[in-house]
Amino acid sequence: MTNQKVKDIPMVTEWTSLDKLRYGIGDALIVSKRDLLVWLRVPAFIFFTIVQPVMFVLLFRYVFGGAIAVSVPGGYVDYLMPGIIAQSAAFASFGTAIGLAREIQLGVIDRFRSMPMARSAVLLGRLIADTIRLVVTVLVILLVGYAVGFRFHNGVGPGILMLLLGTIFGVAICCVSAYCGLVFKNEETVQSFGLAWLFPLTFVSSAFVPVGSMPGWLQVFAKHQPVTIVINEMRALALGGPAVRGGIESALWLIAIIAVFIPLAVRSYRRV
Amino acid sequence: MEVAVEVRDLKKSFGAVEALRGVSLSVERGTVLGLLGPNGAGKTTVIKVLTTLLRPDSGSVFIEGCDVLADPAKVRHLIGLAGQSAAIQEELTGRENLEIMGRLYHLNKSSSQTRAQELLERFDLVEAGDRPSKTYSGGMQRRLDLAASLVGRPSVLFLDEPTTGLDPRARIGMWGVIRDLVEEGTTLLLTTQYLEEADVLADQIVVIDQGRVIATGTSGQLKDRVGGDVLEFTVVDPNRLEDAKRAVIDLSMTEPILDPKSAKVSVGVGQYGTNALANAVRNLDSVGVEVEGLSLHRPSLDDVFLAITGHAASGANEDGAITRGRKGRRSTSKSRNEVVND
Repeated sequence: MTNQKVKDIPMVTEWTSLDKLRYGIGDALIVSKRDLLVWLRVPAFIFFTIVQPVMFVLLFRYVFGGAIAVSVPGGYVDYLMPGIIAQSAAFASFGTAIGLAREIQLGVIDRFRSMPMARSAVLLGRLIADTIRLVVTVLVILLVGYAVGFRFHNGVGPGILMLLLGTIFGVAICCVSAYCGLVFKNEETVQSFGLAWLFPLTFVSSAFVPVGSMPGWLQVFAKHQPVTIVINEMRALALGGPAVRGGIESALWLIAIIAVFIPLAVRSYRRV
Repeated sequence: MEVAVEVRDLKKSFGAVEALRGVSLSVERGTVLGLLGPNGAGKTTVIKVLTTLLRPDSGSVFIEGCDVLADPAKVRHLIGLAGQSAAIQEELTGRENLEIMGRLYHLNKSSSQTRAQELLERFDLVEAGDRPSKTYSGGMQRRLDLAASLVGRPSVLFLDEPTTGLDPRARIGMWGVIRDLVEEGTTLLLTTQYLEEADVLADQIVVIDQGRVIATGTSGQLKDRVGGDVLEFTVVDPNRLEDAKRAVIDLSMTEPILDPKSAKVSVGVGQYGTNALANAVRNLDSVGVEVEGLSLHRPSLDDVFLAITGHAASGANEDGAITRGRKGRRSTSKSRNEVVND
């Protein structure tokens, strides 16, 4: 085996930028296919990305909804759906953090890093897979939402923009989670830490109730935090209303989150 | 002989903890080097540096003439790594795991499939090949993991504790698999906590402790330093320790080692174990020294450590439990191990 030269494996040591791009994308797609295959085979993952969001829709629509007063066109269900979509997109990022932490624990990432594959592939591949997962989650929630009475009131274009914004918001949160997963390197820690920051961030927002119904001191936080800004914008897109300023603010927030956490995640991936 | 792996004066600290304090070693092409040491000795850190996962603070590493620190990308084409746990995706089948590895080595789809089939056949996993690998036994998972590390046809293979956590039968099976690889001429560097394992698999053994090489040699040479089989007993009356030593000194290939604290005596008795056992009983009886727990065993890592450093290895024993180390040392080496394994 020693004297047998590596015959069928492309030995690229002097990578041109074109090679890098080609292998970078190719490797990322293989990793993402693998991540999706794993996701499809773990019932718990399916539960968290599909069943749990649907339960939230039903819970708020039929249990809590009656007690929450809102002033939007179709009543509480129209108010609720943009919030639920954003929250589920954010919670989907648990999968990112848990997946990465698990692979570090198993040594999968060590092996990948010792192989002649693109360094970016593990992170990029996971983000691609997670984006696909997010889209599935968002579409499932939308369908259930339609079944329980949700309607777009602002036309198809803004409606699609709303779904897109929810998905990009989810991707941004996935970047934060990827960083957490790589730093904590432990499934349980990552899970509890994820709850510790995602729960307050999504619930202390305009996702389920109007911020104005909260005590004053809490409103200060709830009004200005990015989850509220993004959800208000999603609501404006879905139901109508002024959307330009909120759109700019949301875009700035999401760009900032991604711009900060992707480099952080890449840095900790190199150091794993 | 040509050198496949050359490591010179490797140093690495994690904060205040010096994991490697100047490790040098070399592996000749087509041979097996066993890196032997207790938990926390720095074995995994060495493997991580050699497989491009970790940059050392100083020192140099060449693999097949290629500078690992200057050109890690090239080195990654030459090496294979199987770490301490089976780095396989349990939800995927054995075949899927191997095919994905092939694709990540930039083989095309059909070559990946062929390579996966070859490796499944070779590691006796064809029947299980299409089952999710979480249904595999520990031994099968390790074999699959080893197969995965061979997808890229590495010329140098690194195995970090390849049998840790396996039951004795699976361990022996794994030894067979590894020996077959060696017969085909793969250069192999493996780490282990077990002298027995290094004995079975390695041509050369490097013993490391607290980030330093403390002995190098063949397993025969190391055993000679211990004095072959080891006779051990505890003296009931600690005051008679010296009398006990005098009674067994003639059986000994080396100076008997006394531990005044536990009143334990250990004697290297070469290959004449059974005779030595009988003679020890007779001699001790004739001077009237009462002993307990008289036993004869083949030399272990602990015995090698005892002979070389005068203290026991503070690591895991055959059952994986912490054993024998002095309290202070145990905790330092344990905390280092946590850093190293992170």
